[in-house]
Amino acid sequence: MSASQGKLRAFLFGDPYAGRVVPPSGFTAQLTLFASGAMAFLAVFALALSLASGRLAERWGDELAGTATIRIVAPQDQRSEQTTAALRVLETTPGIASARALSDAEQQALLAPWFGSDLPLDTLPVPRLIEIVTLGQGFDATGLRLRLAAEVPGAVLDDHGRWRAPLVAAAQRLRFLGWLVAGLILAAVAAMVTLAANAALAANAQVVAVLRHVGATDSYIAQAFVRRFTLRALVGSTVGVVLGLAAVWGLSAGGDAPGFLTGIGFQGTGWFVPLALPLVCALVALAATAVAAGRALKALS
Amino acid sequence: MMLRHNRHVGAGARVIELENVAYSYGGGELLSDISVKLAPGSFHFLTGPSGAGKTTLLKLCYGALLPSAGYIRLFQTDVRSLERDDVAQLRRKIGVVHQNVQFLDHLSVTDNIALPLTVSGRHAEAAGSDLPELMNWIGLTNRADAFPPELSGGERQRAALARAVIMSPDIVLADEPTGNIDWEMSQRLLTLLVELNRMGKTVLIATHDLSLIRAAKAQVQARVLRISNRRVQLAGADL
Repeated sequence: MSASQGKLRAFLFGDPYAGRVVPPSGFTAQLTLFASGAMAFLAVFALALSLASGRLAERWGDELAGTATIRIVAPQDQRSEQTTAALRVLETTPGIASARALSDAEQQALLAPWFGSDLPLDTLPVPRLIEIVTLGQGFDATGLRLRLAAEVPGAVLDDHGRWRAPLVAAAQRLRFLGWLVAGLILAAVAAMVTLAANAALAANAQVVAVLRHVGATDSYIAQAFVRRFTLRALVGSTVGVVLGLAAVWGLSAGGDAPGFLTGIGFQGTGWFVPLALPLVCALVALAATAVAAGRALKALS
Repeated sequence: MMLRHNRHVGAGARVIELENVAYSYGGGELLSDISVKLAPGSFHFLTGPSGAGKTTLLKLCYGALLPSAGYIRLFQTDVRSLERDDVAQLRRKIGVVHQNVQFLDHLSVTDNIALPLTVSGRHAEAAGSDLPELMNWIGLTNRADAFPPELSGGERQRAALARAVIMSPDIVLADEPTGNIDWEMSQRLLTLLVELNRMGKTVLIATHDLSLIRAAKAQVQARVLRISNRRVQLAGADL
């Protein structure tokens, strides 16, 4: 066993007698357990929100990035001719994998949700739609617009970027917000543990005096408190994460409606991400208690 | 036994050395121009009226306070050069007994006595055969599992003495160790301190109890230092 492993083992399991020199502190123990559990529970939801937003942004980005649409807005007698001309232009445009005009039936199906299925397309000035599938690197939209303007006056190119970009940006902002909330929750854990550690140290000022009197170093005294609060945060946050995962699973397992309404949930390996929370909470508690103990012991000297 | 006899220290070596030490508190000078040297294995009393500065001088002797002026050397080391953890290490070589001794009330008497070993990572030693011997030496074998609030004043003082010596320190400092106990128990405690001195420990006892000093001088060659007008003087033969 290496020295660092030995130190970690000593910290986690430690000398059973060393852990007993600090008396069990009632309310700070319960406060730390409850608060770290509650915070971990909330952090699971923040992570679920962030990961779900990330998936949404990627899906919107991936699904729509490889497509574009051309509308042929022309008089009825020129529509077919201009559609053919547009397809010819597209055949010679680099970066386009395929292009095809939607059939009347397909256009009818697109409009059916708004106008019903018995829409007489042949009597209405509905533009003809051409669906474009692009190659990986995409195409030169500006150049294509110029060519279409010259050769197909009724063609309007829509590369989806105009309305796709804000949606992707919104999803990415939501993802950032999720991580921000998770970060704030961890900061709250640090603040709460600091308060609890300060309260415990203040309540045990007499114990600290006795320990110093018999030759205990400040690092020894601090370690007794640090280990205690770290383990409490670890246990509390583990319980919180388990409950949080169960709640998220219950949300997604409750049929399509909740998942559709909230969009919150984990998929695949995403379920393992919250499992890191107890360790992160414990590390946050360790750092917060170490800082608090260092300051408090300095103040008590 | 846990209380090892001290190794021979060369002549001229000093375990505690105060040189022109002054200590100010609250704007006033409590101690002034104090120069004291304690040789290894010596036995000293420190006496003087209440408020003269006996406790302060003892605290200076184990690094709990730093002097306003002058030099204090513990085991030939200037206390000003010590970091906080160095002072903690130093206290393992200096056993201290206070009049109002404090224990950890949630631990048993045995665990309290073993506390210096615990905090220095040597608790396993306490689990050996030496601790019962120490408990027997101070007469607390039958109170080993009791908790501090259950002890009488004399038992607390003896437990404090055991805690002070469990690390086999070179120096034992006692601040009014018999202040809260009856005469018979005082004599018993004094006997223990004299025994420690015979093992080679340097003993310094702060007390205003002259009868204790007289009783000690009948058993051991003790010098008496008296604090008067902020200074320390060697007391005369009247004690």
